[in-house]
Amino acid sequence: MAMATDVPKDSFRLSMLIYDTRYRSYTIQIVVLILFAMAVAWLLNNTVQNLAVRGKQFDYSFLWQRAGYDIGQQLIPYTNDSTHFRALLVGLLNTLVVAFWGCIFATILGVIVGVLRLSNNWLIGRLMTIYVEIFRNVPLLLWILLSYVILSETTPQPRDFRVTDEMAAAGEEPAASMMLFDTVAVTNRGTNIPAPLFDRGLGTLDLGFMTLNLTFWAILAVIAGSIWVNRRILASARAQQEATGDRPVTWWKSILVLFAPTILLLVALGFHLEIPELRGFNFAGGILVAHSFTALTIALSLYTAAFIAEIVRAGILAISRGQTEAAFALGLRPNRTMSLIILPQALRVIIPPLISQYLNLTKNTSLGIAVSYLDLRGTLGGISLNQTGRELECMLLMMLIYLSISLIISSLMNLYNKSVQLKAR
Amino acid sequence: MKKTVFFGALAATTLLAGLASAGTLDDVKARGELICGSNTGLTGFGAPDASGNWAGFDVDLCRAIAAAVLGDATKVKFVPTTGETRFTALQSGEVDVLIRNSTWTATRDSELSLDFVAVNYYDGQGFMVKKDLGVSSAKELDGATVCIQTGTTTELNLADFFKQNNISYQPVTVGDDSEAQRQYLAGACDAYTTDASGLAASRATMPDAENHIILPEIISKEPLGPVVRHGDSQWGDVVRWTYYALLIAEEKGVTSANVNEVATSTTDEEVKRLLGVSGDFGAKFGIDNAGFKTAIAAVGNYGEIYARNIGEGTTINLARGLNALWTQGGLQYAPPFR
Repeated sequence: MAMATDVPKDSFRLSMLIYDTRYRSYTIQIVVLILFAMAVAWLLNNTVQNLAVRGKQFDYSFLWQRAGYDIGQQLIPYTNDSTHFRALLVGLLNTLVVAFWGCIFATILGVIVGVLRLSNNWLIGRLMTIYVEIFRNVPLLLWILLSYVILSETTPQPRDFRVTDEMAAAGEEPAASMMLFDTVAVTNRGTNIPAPLFDRGLGTLDLGFMTLNLTFWAILAVIAGSIWVNRRILASARAQQEATGDRPVTWWKSILVLFAPTILLLVALGFHLEIPELRGFNFAGGILVAHSFTALTIALSLYTAAFIAEIVRAGILAISRGQTEAAFALGLRPNRTMSLIILPQALRVIIPPLISQYLNLTKNTSLGIAVSYLDLRGTLGGISLNQTGRELECMLLMMLIYLSISLIISSLMNLYNKSVQLKAR
Repeated sequence: MKKTVFFGALAATTLLAGLASAGTLDDVKARGELICGSNTGLTGFGAPDASGNWAGFDVDLCRAIAAAVLGDATKVKFVPTTGETRFTALQSGEVDVLIRNSTWTATRDSELSLDFVAVNYYDGQGFMVKKDLGVSSAKELDGATVCIQTGTTTELNLADFFKQNNISYQPVTVGDDSEAQRQYLAGACDAYTTDASGLAASRATMPDAENHIILPEIISKEPLGPVVRHGDSQWGDVVRWTYYALLIAEEKGVTSANVNEVATSTTDEEVKRLLGVSGDFGAKFGIDNAGFKTAIAAVGNYGEIYARNIGEGTTINLARGLNALWTQGGLQYAPPFR
């Protein structure tokens, strides 16, 4: 038959690239790849052309010029004589410190709310639902502005703390007073807390590119050492319990090991607190925690916690009801059931979406500009960009830094995720 | 084959995109509208009034340029810009000219590729404090919290001033004037610093203006003026000379009220050239020969603009001071119109 002789020939024809299913997917992929490459090339070319038209060079040397501006909150020494790069570092640390505290508070609050939302107590369950729905459904920026306005408009001005001679004579009290045994002052600018000071500090170690505060690191090392020793004590107690059935008494050892070395070191270093006091326009001495920081941290924590609560709830619901019933059958109380049986299993479901929430929170810190919080966006992407006019360089560098932070956070969390996954043995 | 065409088109569009900002004057004429970068709202200098019409000292210069180029002072679109966004808006071509209390500095002229074409207001940075703070000099502000607008020269001047006087301060960096005012009035900062004219304008809008004082120290030179993109000299000339036309008009006593009458009766050759009665100066700038006359008729001369928006008797109440004409001891001086 004619049909039978019409066997497809092995020779390759161009039309086969489109009509032959064996090659079609390659054709499509290659065409898309070429288009993509062309789009990227066009973007690059356009950028270069436009930069050339404006007479601008792509140059990062401005990072080493004098910055010339001041930053309110600085975790490392910085003056207006420092470089733009130093300002970048100050901003980066300000970003990280908000992200750090935000993640911690959001996690704690989120887990509590998520668990309570499943509570059998009708009132508590509904209250948590209301909290989650309100915070999830209103833009974060508004929460940041709201917490900032509440903090700065409801608190007294520094001058309200002042006691003038006439007032002292008349026996009047100032309009505002300090809290916690006169150590903490909350003004409409920030919270002044006592600062730790050392009479015999260990000084600093200059490494060239950065200086290390030896006192701080020594204390940190001692605390870490104490915790490690305490874990050894507990481990040996457990070993003895498993071997003999008797658990040795360890609580006094733990307390001694955990606190004694740190206290001894603090005494040796001459630790004391510097209490803030009203001097001139503001409180001087102590540490000023600006309201921009507090407001940003509070708003970020409350907002992200609402999302984390939902993730936790979903994680708990993913664990079969039988697990709870089995735990109850063994006589475990509801609290123990949650902490020993349900949450450890739920973690496997919770952690992957939790990573995105951490990343969101970290990136959302850039909204701090709304309350004058000088984070990375405020220094490198704000003032440095403006004063030097290097938009492209600053933006690219800022994107690179945010990208690196996010990748580091997600890889750390992925490591943790691996450690709590079901082990296939 | 097709690819070649595509690449050709691509290259062409890229080139066009690159060169689109070449002739601003032609762009404005073709569009039939001037896009003017203005303040987000600084009463007296550039702010929309209750009915949404923009008014102010800087705004009137925009209107004068529109009148000179397009023959109609209302054909202006105002784009509010903050201290941070203003230069990017200009560089990217989003606005044709930026008239927004911007200080002329070497960096901005060179590195930012901008051209400051004139100085329409000679200013300096000052401090405003509440009266009951009991401060009479900026040097007494040791330890104070100071509100400062970001992206401005005042940020750098402030740092320099406190360093030179060996006193400390806590900066609160805010986005724009209204946020600065809110923080200042709420007491979140002891002092607010910006250009002295800006302080006067801010104070005018405060409910308790009499309770605030502007400290005597002027800590910097802030020549404020219209800005255009670097490399478009023709457009720069139009903006510059529109402004000078307003100055010359004041010097020669030409006002919005008498400009038509003066144009027919004047015997002053410079005024004749300015108003397009003799010569073709307007045409040489690429605008209507009587363009400058239209501008003066629309918004009045420099003195009129000043008196109407920020002069003594207005809520802003700024004396002419440095901004008086050179004939009256000020710095405002226009090159000869010939």
